[in-house]
Amino acid sequence: MTDLLTLRGVRKTYFSSEEVQVQALRGIDLDVEEGEYAAIMGPSGSGKSTLMHIIGCLDVATEGEYEIDGVDTSEMSERQLARIRNQKIGFVFQQFNLLPTLTALRNVEVPLLYAGVPASQRRERAAKALARVGLADRSEHRPGELSGGQQQRVAVARALVTDPALILADEPTGALDSVSTNDLLDLFDELHGQGKTLVVITHEAEVAARAARVVHLRDGLISKIVTNPQGGAAKIEGGKA
Amino acid sequence: MFLQTVRTAIEALNARRMRSILTLLGILIGIAAVMLTVGLGQGATEAITNQINALGSNMLIVTPGSTTSGSFRGASSFESLTEDDATMLADKDVVPDVAAVAPVYSGSASLRSATTTWTSQMYGTVPDYLEVRAKSVDTGRFFTKAELEAHSSVAVIGTTTAEELFSGQEPIGQSLQINSQTFTVIGVLAESGSSLTGDEDDVVIVPSTTYGDRFAEGAALSSIYLEAASSDRLAAAQQEVNKALLSAHQVTADNMDFTVSTQQSLVETVESITALLTLLLGGIAAISLLVGGIGVMNIMLVSVSERVREIGLRKALGATPGVIRQQFLVEAAILGLTGGLLGVGLGFGGAAAINPFLTEQNMTVSISMSATLIALAVAMTIGIVAGVYPASRAAKMAPIDALRSE
Repeated sequence: MTDLLTLRGVRKTYFSSEEVQVQALRGIDLDVEEGEYAAIMGPSGSGKSTLMHIIGCLDVATEGEYEIDGVDTSEMSERQLARIRNQKIGFVFQQFNLLPTLTALRNVEVPLLYAGVPASQRRERAAKALARVGLADRSEHRPGELSGGQQQRVAVARALVTDPALILADEPTGALDSVSTNDLLDLFDELHGQGKTLVVITHEAEVAARAARVVHLRDGLISKIVTNPQGGAAKIEGGKA
Repeated sequence: MFLQTVRTAIEALNARRMRSILTLLGILIGIAAVMLTVGLGQGATEAITNQINALGSNMLIVTPGSTTSGSFRGASSFESLTEDDATMLADKDVVPDVAAVAPVYSGSASLRSATTTWTSQMYGTVPDYLEVRAKSVDTGRFFTKAELEAHSSVAVIGTTTAEELFSGQEPIGQSLQINSQTFTVIGVLAESGSSLTGDEDDVVIVPSTTYGDRFAEGAALSSIYLEAASSDRLAAAQQEVNKALLSAHQVTADNMDFTVSTQQSLVETVESITALLTLLLGGIAAISLLVGGIGVMNIMLVSVSERVREIGLRKALGATPGVIRQQFLVEAAILGLTGGLLGVGLGFGGAAAINPFLTEQNMTVSISMSATLIALAVAMTIGIVAGVYPASRAAKMAPIDALRSE
């Protein structure tokens, strides 16, 4: 198995003033394999959001190395990071973050827009991604006309549409009821079964339980890593077979 | 990609329709105001220039008093022109480039026909007046040299005067009381319209000799009209007249008591005055355009801070800083351009609405194509310039800071 993500000695320090420094991450070493389903857990203030930002190339580490898909991101410019986010990462956020004025289909098209995909292909690929999350019949609805669970599915379709190496979900069930939560987690399982790499940041044990490996963070350090035979690991085996 | 950016921009503006419209208004009013003030100035210049040209071709005017010397020389300077000056200027040896001379006395006249009394402008002059002032007689005839020399009591009247005094009756041959002196009407001038000097059709013209006898013995001339031999000789004629009068009046350029103007110099004076006025009014209008531009900047800044989450999301999904900057710039440019286009429309509409009120002045709001294009370019530039700062603020925003804000 090759590693999709490699973090070595990653530190992140915020300087709110010259005196006050906050060490959000204090040296993280972590590998995520291709096709793996990993969860990152921890109480608030443990640094899991900061870690998610660094993995998502939304922010850069103060110290240490971070490679995604064999590319070192530590020295990258804003512009290069934007390209990495566009091509290699599909984001799913807690608040869905759909553009309220656009239809579901056009929301899903947005990443393709920034990838420079021509209009006709955009529509086709976006429609396919919506079908994949079971929302083909909702493509012309605006986010306000969809339920929370449906909106999050649109967000998943948007994450999938560029066929990225990594799906990165930040508290994806935080704004969902239990039925929608289950639906979404089933969808994640399904994607994992199809060979997608997923990293889910959560504080809910129920969500983490679906992952093959759970990385626990505390005070900016990895406190323990638990492999979960009932989780996605079995499916990895299945996928390999 | 660019078309997509334009589409995104239009959608964003459309999502905040009311505010976008109000922002447009600032630009719109500024552009319309600039167009109308400049158009009015242009129109006024054209109207006055036309009137000056209508004064007569190749014409020189000698007026008493000086506009070139710094100080005002008192009442005496307004009595500096005499018949002798006119006679001298008619001498081909002194001023070879002058073809015709028409000395003019002027004053107000109370007129009385059999039925009506009326007040007109009265001129006392010579037969050459007709040629020098490029006027013609509509019915009847002008007085002759013989009548001039005979001090005849004949009068030529303008169309307005004829209408007022004789209302529909044939004026030729009628007797007319001018300041209680009896004259015979022998001709009516062709209509020439209003000019700088008032209604040119409300006049009564008598021989200068008769004028001197009856109304103003020993009075000074109000002006001397001269016709240059040709338009090429106009400048030469002006210099000759100037020189002849300087030596006849025994004055120098520093204390001269007369002014020789040409049509050209009158046009230039008027143009410089209207240009100044246009500049002034246009400047005020330009300030309103500037205020409109600040409005665009303000609204774009508000828009950036309102859309922090959207910007963060777009960045997370792969928008580079350049793409974000472009999107906000295009939005600002669309505001500017749309405001400009609507402003041009309002400018033309406003001109059409104002023009009926200007017909009396023989004037129209004259909007030039180049001014319109410049106004549009300025509107768009203002939009873009006003958008630069908000756009670069949006572009610099870090995606996490943007996503975090709830």
